[in-house]
Amino acid sequence: MVENRPWSNLFAHLILIAGVALVLFPVYVAIIASTQGPGQFLRGTLPLLPGGHAIDNYRAMLDTGLSRAGAPPVGLMLWNSFIMAMAITIGKLAISLLSAFAIVYFRFPFRVFFFWLIFITLMLPVEVRIIPTFQVVANLGMLNSFAGLSIPLIASATATFLFRQFFMTVPEELLEAARVDGAGPLKFFKDILLPLSITNIAALFVIMFIYGWNQYLWPLLITTDPDYYTVVMGIQRMTTAADGDPLWHLVMAAVVMAALPPVLVILFMQRLFVKGLTETEK
Amino acid sequence: MASITLEGLKKSYDGKIQAVKGIDLEVADGEFIVLVGPSGCGKSTLLRMVAGLETISQGELRIGERRVNDLEPAERDIAMVFQNYALYPHMTVFDNLAYGLKNRGFKRHDIERRVADTARMLEIETFLTRKPRQLSGGQRQRVAMGRALVREPAAFLLDEPLSNLDAKLRVQMRVEIKQLQRRLKTTSLYVTHDQLEAMTLGDRLVVLNQGQIEQVGTPMEIYTRPATMFVATFIGSPAMNMLPVDYLKERGTNGVLDNLPQGTDIVGVRPDDMRMQAPAQPHLVVESTLELLEAAGAESHLYVRLAGSEQPTVIRTSGQPPVAEGETLRFHVIRDALHPFNRDTGQRTDC
Repeated sequence: MVENRPWSNLFAHLILIAGVALVLFPVYVAIIASTQGPGQFLRGTLPLLPGGHAIDNYRAMLDTGLSRAGAPPVGLMLWNSFIMAMAITIGKLAISLLSAFAIVYFRFPFRVFFFWLIFITLMLPVEVRIIPTFQVVANLGMLNSFAGLSIPLIASATATFLFRQFFMTVPEELLEAARVDGAGPLKFFKDILLPLSITNIAALFVIMFIYGWNQYLWPLLITTDPDYYTVVMGIQRMTTAADGDPLWHLVMAAVVMAALPPVLVILFMQRLFVKGLTETEK
Repeated sequence: MASITLEGLKKSYDGKIQAVKGIDLEVADGEFIVLVGPSGCGKSTLLRMVAGLETISQGELRIGERRVNDLEPAERDIAMVFQNYALYPHMTVFDNLAYGLKNRGFKRHDIERRVADTARMLEIETFLTRKPRQLSGGQRQRVAMGRALVREPAAFLLDEPLSNLDAKLRVQMRVEIKQLQRRLKTTSLYVTHDQLEAMTLGDRLVVLNQGQIEQVGTPMEIYTRPATMFVATFIGSPAMNMLPVDYLKERGTNGVLDNLPQGTDIVGVRPDDMRMQAPAQPHLVVESTLELLEAAGAESHLYVRLAGSEQPTVIRTSGQPPVAEGETLRFHVIRDALHPFNRDTGQRTDC
């Protein structure tokens, strides 16, 4: 909007604030709930002001977890989630960068065919192929392992496709200049293509990390050993306590901790890609 | 330093479309050759074949005594300046210059010395730590030149290096490139579609058309004795006028056209050779109507239509002649100003 119209500005802001409040309220409730003592929730009213048990709750969840519900300490689950998310992110980036490089810069038989093959897998979500994938992973003996948690989720058509699109916008003369300057294909990839893609890598890192972190169905299927539980699926286990009501104050403490790492990754990476976006020039 | 020999070089795509149809050319050591021609004439393709960026379909290419047909660009000992400069955007100017040396395994202090020398020569020392995007067009052009110079290659290949600059800077860089090449005496191949650049830069010009050489010669040879009608109309601005002999004969020739060489059916006249004052020698007189007067300061271009013909013709005179559009003008052409051609073969007839 170029012109200054106070009423429409006010109106727009009111709508935006309402939207933000709608999204933030559950988060607020979760944070408040995680500071309450046991029994608060059984009274039927939802407290909206912080209670005094924050430190107890968080310490309890980090160290011991809800053993009655069969959930390991949140600390361990956070670590498991982190390893899985990092393995998926780095694996996805490495594989998609290399396959996009191959598809854009090399001439080999059935190049276009392979591109479309990769592209078509975009249409298959994890859930569709989950039974055959489970079968394969089980036969390979990868149940209850980090390899089993991450490898099947690494192949990424989305990232390959995005890198392909980006590589196609890199002027061909750069490759030619590098060839004249004595750089072979891998050197060109390492010295020129990678530094130019850093913005895209940062953006995809965030997306892929959150994708990996939020995996729920897959870890639920292939882990039966609590040592490999991830935090997102672990929370679900906590809520289905066998006896009595869920211990909401502790569950909420786990929820808050589970939400933190993606936020941190965004904050950290944001600098990189905002900087990259504002000074793009090829 | 090396000579470059092209023997029957051909380039075809998919075995059908012929972009370059057999080029024979001998570039002497230290010579500055300009490849000039209209767009799509194959001049860039030819340069890229020499660079090794395009494969050679047929023929042989030698740099020095070495056959380089199947060598990678980096192994041919050439450096190239690209039209859009193709500087590495994420590297500083220093790294841009040093990259080729690093890849060739030069020692660190050698690299620093060479980059410093080149930077001093091109006066880009003050922005060695900057990135290309922080430079102006002219500065980027210098960096691109520097990246080629720093390697001290056997030959420079320049692909329209000035076409992204504004007119003033282009003239300045043109002069600098010429002086630089004189000083370094490095064999150079320079591609351009700008005939003024071609005339002023080259020791010799190679005029290309449709993948073939039309003429090779010094700029003045090509200007004063164009070998084909194509060269005649391509080199020189405004372009040479082509007057049919039949038309001139109908209008009386004062005997000027009596002893034209065999097969001449069209004659070319440079716009400057059509005079408004009648000379003492026997001359042709051409009557025409002035359609447009273009005053360009030191000179004027008169766009006229010849009487009894639809033929558009251009005349160049110095200063601003006292004529008005729509006026009937008489022009005088002497025998020595005529370039005789045969229309069917396109060849000059008096050689």
